[in-house]
Amino acid sequence: MDLMEKNLELVEVQKLEGHTDRVWNVAWNPVSSSLLASCSGDNTVRIWQQSPLSRSWSCKAVLEETHTRTVRSCSWSPSGKLLATASFDGTTGIWEDFGDEFECISTLEGHENEVKSVSWNASGSYLATCSRDKSVWIWEVLGGNEYDCAAVLNGHTQDVKMVQWHPTMDVLFSCSYDNTIKVWWAEDDDGDYQCVQTLNESSNGHSSTVWAISFNATGDKMVTCSDDLTLKIWTADISMMHSGEGYAPWTHLCTLSGYHDRTIFSSHWSSDDIIASGAGDDAIGLFVDSEHDSVNGPSYNLLLKKEKAHEMDINSVQWSPSKENRLLASASDDGMVKIWQLETKP
Amino acid sequence: MVSGLINENPTVYERKERRVRTDSTNTDEFSVEPIDQLEIFDHIRDIRDPEHPYSLEQLKVLTEDSVEVDDGKSYVRVTFTPTVEHCSMATIIGLSVRVKLMRSLPPRYKIDIRVAPGSHATEAALNKQLNDKERVAAALENPNLVEMVDECLSPSFDDA
Repeated sequence: MDLMEKNLELVEVQKLEGHTDRVWNVAWNPVSSSLLASCSGDNTVRIWQQSPLSRSWSCKAVLEETHTRTVRSCSWSPSGKLLATASFDGTTGIWEDFGDEFECISTLEGHENEVKSVSWNASGSYLATCSRDKSVWIWEVLGGNEYDCAAVLNGHTQDVKMVQWHPTMDVLFSCSYDNTIKVWWAEDDDGDYQCVQTLNESSNGHSSTVWAISFNATGDKMVTCSDDLTLKIWTADISMMHSGEGYAPWTHLCTLSGYHDRTIFSSHWSSDDIIASGAGDDAIGLFVDSEHDSVNGPSYNLLLKKEKAHEMDINSVQWSPSKENRLLASASDDGMVKIWQLETKP
Repeated sequence: MVSGLINENPTVYERKERRVRTDSTNTDEFSVEPIDQLEIFDHIRDIRDPEHPYSLEQLKVLTEDSVEVDDGKSYVRVTFTPTVEHCSMATIIGLSVRVKLMRSLPPRYKIDIRVAPGSHATEAALNKQLNDKERVAAALENPNLVEMVDECLSPSFDDA
């Protein structure tokens, strides 16, 4: 069934109030889709839980008194048991969910200044972090709450905004204030990560800060978004990498422009192939490939745009991993987290 | 003797007369008056220069024409002119203007800050930094920078 032919709307399900400063990031628990984490300029992380009876969301826990500055991003481990938090205080916290409470079980130190993003690889054996100090760090998860720095990757010439592991392979992606996206990969099993590709303006890349990276479920496409007001879609022949034929380079597939008139801070690809974008124009955009069956190749079109989704800039949009209903969470400078549902108009 | 100042002898200009901006023909005290150029200029004209005992208006870093506003679109752009091309204080000036506007304008406002085209040696880098909200947020958590910004925003001594 073609989504473009249906009459869809993005309906606000609930507004989650609690943070006392801008909310930078939201993250759905990958195992329990009734748990959501958000982090803020108020130096805290909030864990929100959906009641199985009333279906309404409430704050289950506030993770505070560990980070002394803004918590810029948060990321659940694939098991859903651990939450990693990246802070402007220069540290990355690892929190364990003990059921009734969350406890900070480890603090990763090493970056010279603000840590901006943290990402777990698909198996949960590695973490990556990035910072204004221009470096990307890979941490090995040793067990027993021990984390060991496995690599310090230098290559970006400016502040690194986000790191994101590939969904099926141990390939790491980073994007930066230097307008590029870098791909890091270890050809051998010795874990010697190298920059294997840089997507810049001459490879049809972005012309200003790249803020976010997200992959589709199979991992053969990624979407990036930027201060240049565009979203870009990239593709690679990952079957080549899976069969051990070496690195498969990423190439530009298309550019979505003209949909936002302020910086696009976030983009996220859902498991059923809907791309969401959140921007400084307070709007959320949804995009789909309406030509995916055609011989002409993909053509991404605007499915809908929700103007004034928040009262201020939107910093993060994330689709729920649950396949039952299309839920989207958003976080904003207005201090709110919102839960949205994509519904067919009655 | 070297004073250590970036610009030792800045030109100081007369301050413009303060106009009363209320429209006297409008007698309805509950009517909504749109935010205009002069109102925004009034918020930022008295910001102090980081290294001289003068306001940004007195040094012509800012004039009324520095402000472009569209109240309907909740948008403002402020273009300032550093006194010298290699002014290392331009970041502090830009941050001070942004902080003052963030505190003075309704939260719906989108604010862009830039240096006047051709007025600074590292114009593009400066503009990018001043408009990266993550960099601004991090800067405003840095006690040294906050102290400098607060100094620029403190009420000036010769104001009535």
